[in-house]
Amino acid sequence: MTAELNPRFTFDTCVVGPSNRLAVTACRTVSEHPGTAYNPLFIYSQTGLGKTHLLMAVGQMVRELSPTATVEYLTLDEFVEAYHTAVSAGTPGNFRDRFSHADVVLLDDVQFLSHSKEMQTELIRLASEFQDAERQLVLTSDRPPADIENLDDRLLEQLDGGLIVDIGIPEYEMRLAILQRRAEESEVEFSPEVLAVIAEFDVQHVRALLGAFNRLQAFQSVNEQPLTLHQARALMLGETPVAEPEAAASERGEAAGEFDRFLSDLKVTVTQQVEGWKTEIQDAITEWSGRGYDTKSLEVLLGQDVPGATDAAVGVFEEKIERLRRLEAEIAEFDPEAARHPIFKSPDRIAGAEQLVREAREKFIPPPGPSDAFSLESFAVGEPTRMALEAGRSVIAQPGTLYNPLLLVGPAGVGKTHLLHAIGRALDAEAGGAVACLAAGTFVEDLVKAIEQDRLSAWRAKYRHASAFLLDDVHEIGARLQTQEELFNLFNLFIGAGRQMVFTAKVLPQEMEGLDDRLKSRLVQGLVAMITPPDVELRRTIVRSHLEARVGSAEADVVDYLAERATESVRSLLNVVQRVVTGAEAMGRKLDVESARQLLEQAHKPEPRASSPGRASGGMAAPPGALRSQEKIVWDWPNMAERVIEELS
Amino acid sequence: MSLVNFTTREITCKIVYYGPGRSGKTTNLQYIYDQVPPERRGRMVSLATQTDRTLFFDFLPLDLGTISGFTTKFQLYTVPGQVYYNATRKLVLHGADGVVFVADSQIRQLDENLESLQNLQVNLLEQRIDVRTLPLVFQYNKQGLPRELVLPVEELDDAMNFRGVPSFGADALTGNGVFETLRSVSELVLRKLSEEPSA
Repeated sequence: MTAELNPRFTFDTCVVGPSNRLAVTACRTVSEHPGTAYNPLFIYSQTGLGKTHLLMAVGQMVRELSPTATVEYLTLDEFVEAYHTAVSAGTPGNFRDRFSHADVVLLDDVQFLSHSKEMQTELIRLASEFQDAERQLVLTSDRPPADIENLDDRLLEQLDGGLIVDIGIPEYEMRLAILQRRAEESEVEFSPEVLAVIAEFDVQHVRALLGAFNRLQAFQSVNEQPLTLHQARALMLGETPVAEPEAAASERGEAAGEFDRFLSDLKVTVTQQVEGWKTEIQDAITEWSGRGYDTKSLEVLLGQDVPGATDAAVGVFEEKIERLRRLEAEIAEFDPEAARHPIFKSPDRIAGAEQLVREAREKFIPPPGPSDAFSLESFAVGEPTRMALEAGRSVIAQPGTLYNPLLLVGPAGVGKTHLLHAIGRALDAEAGGAVACLAAGTFVEDLVKAIEQDRLSAWRAKYRHASAFLLDDVHEIGARLQTQEELFNLFNLFIGAGRQMVFTAKVLPQEMEGLDDRLKSRLVQGLVAMITPPDVELRRTIVRSHLEARVGSAEADVVDYLAERATESVRSLLNVVQRVVTGAEAMGRKLDVESARQLLEQAHKPEPRASSPGRASGGMAAPPGALRSQEKIVWDWPNMAERVIEELS
Repeated sequence: MSLVNFTTREITCKIVYYGPGRSGKTTNLQYIYDQVPPERRGRMVSLATQTDRTLFFDFLPLDLGTISGFTTKFQLYTVPGQVYYNATRKLVLHGADGVVFVADSQIRQLDENLESLQNLQVNLLEQRIDVRTLPLVFQYNKQGLPRELVLPVEELDDAMNFRGVPSFGADALTGNGVFETLRSVSELVLRKLSEEPSA
């Protein structure tokens, strides 16, 4: 929603001096000839020097000259929020339509574009479209474009093609003119000398100047007598002018006696002490209503003549606000849309807010976590897995900072899933839970179900709430556009917030079919660690370890025999070991090379297995039956005749 | 005594100048009286003996006008310092919102100061006034006398000001320190009012 233009911020109320003359002239020009003079117009200055005033003045003048013109004024935050809202609703086109139909777009505080590539892209598109259509774009920032970090070169070029102007710090004469203007607007009388005293102070921005003016105005109002030079100086220095020196009194031509000074001090004391409760409540109302909270209960207090227990009342009110804020933050984790409910701005409706949070909490279903069946200790270490394992350890040691995301790439059955879940478990233990770890297929199914049940925001909250996000077989997302969009948003959230992401894939991102380039580029922005099929050494380690776990010992010749058989994956190797161990037990023979050879090389009619060790790729010592992964299916038996499909519950 | 009436928008403060005889309490009020514009002050009632010793009490009403919407009136009283007028002191002390203890800074008067201070505490206790919460300031008068005759403010503080309340050196005859004392006790009284408002 476009913010309202402040009617006070017009060119008529803008004091012009050498420090802002160029900016004002440029703004007037674009107001009179939007889209044709300087497009885009970029104004920058330190905070509080009148950028927003000028921006709004442009909007007011455009509307004045062309009442049918559509003017959009918003801060960058609002611009970003509008974009996110549109994307969340699955209608990014609405966002573009909104601004495409505007005649003038006024965008405040664009320095925060630094870390938002998407918004920069949107702005580039908007600026380009506006230039073509001769519609006006005006931007403000607290620094020149070249100083905005990570600003896209294309955007820089577009800004250079328009006009970039700055506003300097106002000099003495301009400060004095601003003060005189303010005194007229406020209908306050200060002696010219007092205004000159204020102007003499070398403030860095107009807001500070007007703040000083307000301070003096308040003091004069309280004392019900004209402010003296001495008092003005004291106030500007941040002192409390408790007594007026003789010299100051003589300035007014008054022989103010001790009694007058006593009276003056007494007035301050009465205002501060006796009526201080009203000031305190008024301050609280201003603060909290400015933040959007309902302050009716405080306004009721203000309406009474007799002070109540002001501190207690304001304290109770602020405690309620704090409670509301906690509730709002809590529900945002479960259901971001529910956090926008007005009840979270109403301190008188705490019970209702608590009820909403309770309901949201009850509805919340946490994302799938890592399987307990996999651990780092049971992951086979060898040359083919070393790099991936070390990367995993680094991620566990410094989650979200060193390699983010970490992408584990390798063919099926080499241990990617094992390592992914093992990393997930370690991160989970560190973070105290809330690690999402699941297969891409599950992710897609879950999303489809959420869309069917019209609970997309709750689905999003479930994953956004996670402390880390680990996705197995990311290549399986393929060309599912909605899933890609959601994953893209998760990427931005997790990487931006320094939360760890880990993926596995059979192929490198550039070989993933159907995956959008923006996801491919993000997948490789951290570290890509390859896991290759096990070499003989690694196979030997795995076989030895597995035999020791199953039969208590491992004959060297048996280990060599089994390890030297060519296998493409750890999973198939383990299946072979499993077969010979089970076969030897069935035959009542000791497991040696001869029996192993007999079982593997001689004709052998396979029997379907009632149970299987399940998928244990990369595992060294996973005990039979320990696997509880729900999403894994064992496929890689040596031949189709022996293929067993097992889904463990 | 009602001090701040938010309904009628009135502030009324009763401040009592307490201390030993001849310490300068009446002189304080006389100096204040002289400084207040005639339209602001009422008639100063002073009942004195032929030797200018306060026989009953001094009373100076001050109409300070409207301050922040409140009609503000101060009533300044002194008590007779002599030991034998204790009943009068109790009467004057009744309903006091603040007390200025005017001590005589002369070295030879220290015991009388302590005796009077003790008497103040006893009288407050009798009226069930918590001496720890009553707005109180010390004024060490006659600091204008030769240095060899008076104790410095620091020593007088050590001897009397156990609670560490505000204290002022003064010379009431010349007015030095008089309004500072009044300002200080007024602030304490008004601050207490804001903490414990009475309708």
